[in-house]
Amino acid sequence: MNLPTFLGGVHPPEGKALTENKAIETFRPEDSREFVFPMALHIGAPSTPIVKKGDSVLAGQKIAESSAFVSVPKYSSVSGTVKAVEQRMAYTGGMELSVVIESDGKYTPAPSLHDLLGHKPAPSEYVNLIHEAGIVGLGGACFPTHVKLSPPKDKHIDHIILNASECEPFLNCDNRLMIESPDEILRGLEYVLEIFPEAEGVIAIESNKKEAIATMTAHNKNPKIRIMPLTVKYPQGAEKMLIFAVTGREVPLVPALPADVGCIVLNVSTTYQIYKAIAEGKPLTDRVITVTGDAISEPKNLRAPLGVSLLDLVHECGGFVAEPVKVLSGGPMMGIAMRSLDVPLVKGTSGILAITKKLAHIAEEGACIRCGKCVEVCPMHLEPTLLDHSVRRRDYGKFEAHNGMNCIECGSCAFTCPASRHLVQSFKNGKATVNEQRRKAAAQAKAKQEAK
Amino acid sequence: MNTKLTVSTSPHVHSEFSTRGIMGMVIFALVPAGIMGVYFLGLRSLAVIAACIIACVLSEWAWNKFVMCRKNTISDLSAVVTGLLLAYNLPPTIPIWMAVCGSVFAIIIVKQFYGGIGCNIVNPALAARAMMLISWPTAMTTWTVNGISGATPLAAMKAGMPVTLSLWDMLTGNMGGCIGETSSILLIMGGAYLVWEGVISARIPLTYILCTAILSALFNHGGGMFPIEEMLTGGLLIGAIFMATDYTTSPMSEKGQFIYAFGCALLTSLIRTWGGYPEGVSFSILIMNVAVPLIDMYTEPRTLGAPKSNFFKRTGGK
Repeated sequence: MNLPTFLGGVHPPEGKALTENKAIETFRPEDSREFVFPMALHIGAPSTPIVKKGDSVLAGQKIAESSAFVSVPKYSSVSGTVKAVEQRMAYTGGMELSVVIESDGKYTPAPSLHDLLGHKPAPSEYVNLIHEAGIVGLGGACFPTHVKLSPPKDKHIDHIILNASECEPFLNCDNRLMIESPDEILRGLEYVLEIFPEAEGVIAIESNKKEAIATMTAHNKNPKIRIMPLTVKYPQGAEKMLIFAVTGREVPLVPALPADVGCIVLNVSTTYQIYKAIAEGKPLTDRVITVTGDAISEPKNLRAPLGVSLLDLVHECGGFVAEPVKVLSGGPMMGIAMRSLDVPLVKGTSGILAITKKLAHIAEEGACIRCGKCVEVCPMHLEPTLLDHSVRRRDYGKFEAHNGMNCIECGSCAFTCPASRHLVQSFKNGKATVNEQRRKAAAQAKAKQEAK
Repeated sequence: MNTKLTVSTSPHVHSEFSTRGIMGMVIFALVPAGIMGVYFLGLRSLAVIAACIIACVLSEWAWNKFVMCRKNTISDLSAVVTGLLLAYNLPPTIPIWMAVCGSVFAIIIVKQFYGGIGCNIVNPALAARAMMLISWPTAMTTWTVNGISGATPLAAMKAGMPVTLSLWDMLTGNMGGCIGETSSILLIMGGAYLVWEGVISARIPLTYILCTAILSALFNHGGGMFPIEEMLTGGLLIGAIFMATDYTTSPMSEKGQFIYAFGCALLTSLIRTWGGYPEGVSFSILIMNVAVPLIDMYTEPRTLGAPKSNFFKRTGGK
């Protein structure tokens, strides 16, 4: 059976079996503990706290907001008292301004978004409501959803693609959500289709999630929505690969966006939250997360309140059975290695993966033998080895000329590299340096302009 | 929790490929043909193989230890592969000291002078063979099978004599030639194993072998009568499967690999038909090795989403 897919890619060990048949359990600690809400957003402007030390807050109460477009308000997931507004460590390892709330364990609800609005939202108000609910892409990138849903007027959107491929090994949160809440997801997609009446809805699922495909197909009654099984291959869920697999269209080079080829891609968990916001007026205060890995005693899928310490989640899963070498926020291919688990759960954390020496690849870098495997697997059809050499020689012009800025950092090249070259590290470095150079050049140009 | 966690950039898992593993698989794929070579050409072949491997590994070790004063790289097994391939391309009667000279030349001058593994511009074993062919032409072209010396099938073809080998002899390797190049069936099986394991792709060997047969027929080599002999005799199989596919000295893109393999085939047929030597595989691959950077430059894959351009459009470089 030839299912749609893209050219390139790799087959990392799946590791899904640990949690794929485990129903989502709700983790709702009822004792008093600390919840931390960082103000920064992965992409976009940080928000400003609107509560101060000593304030009492309710579950679902807004605690921070920002006037920038690429930003979303933040909500407390618990009721309790603001203990501090201070710098706390985030999962990236850096310190970020955070609101710290001491919970009372009661989860006393704040008025819903519907109460604040005064009526049931109309389709023209959906995008605003999605912004107000603090919804961002829950696949990991945390890009504000209302920005995605506000494409430039001249772009004709004809496909709303639900990214349900979950190609990242070990993670099952999207998979379980589809099995357990198919109607909410379908209804969420229908809300988005009401915003774009001319678009078709496609739910793209990797074919290894048979139960999810069957459930979604059985529950779908809408002729404008179709379920599309895709080949199991990493990184099938990367936006550009997904669009190519579903529509055969290629998103042009950066800075082009999916809207340029008439597509908007949303994650399943995000769509579920869109349903919650529009149907029930609930802001984003919790998410489903897969806690797994060979170092975890009882791997589980948990629905947990944002702001809770990741350490608490690991304890909820029985703690460690073996000494973890790495603990990742996310999956093994794109996840971020954390230096401490005493950091809060944030919107983009789709998984906690604790792996032992057996799985973690820590090898010394060798010389490139020009085997060309990276070129074969790169889903963007770049030449990773060439880009790597350019960055190491600090020839950033060459890096840019060979489309290095289009690297999606999926890690397929580094996964396959026999010499264990640190390719992704090199590209992150190259991209950051080019962006920095561009910022400097723009600032200089601006200063020159002003001097005239 | 008081364990120290490792922090590094993603990805955190890795495929089973390693440089050492790949070299190991190449050695595994080469061994059967060598055993057959020793069986047909005599125990002396074994001495030549051992001499080449030992000389290659020792010179790489000494170079790293005493000249570059850096961590040794012999554990990646690439020097063993070079030694093995060089030995397979030598006649069994070659004096051992010549084989040693060739090995040192391959490792020190061709590989290490350019920066070691991954940096050489031509295949070390082939370059060493070419050097030996020019330095000691008689020793390099004296063949014996079962104690009788005679012309190789390709030399016979060149002289306008008919090729009288049976298909069975050609497949098993019961014919004149270098130590490891004669046992066609085992070389093909070794190649199939490497393709199966994902170490090499079949693009280069298939294009090279088939195009050589077709082009030689077109050029009327040996009367254009021997396409099978063209493919199964001489160094074509070992060259196409194990030498032309050398990672470092072959193009990285699919398109580039086809162009490179076709270039090898064209040169081989030209040399076999009109050149001064009966066999042209080594020189063809060496010449195409040098062309690889150029091929790579013109065949860079089109980035997903980049505008569709001419077949040979250069994308890079400012």
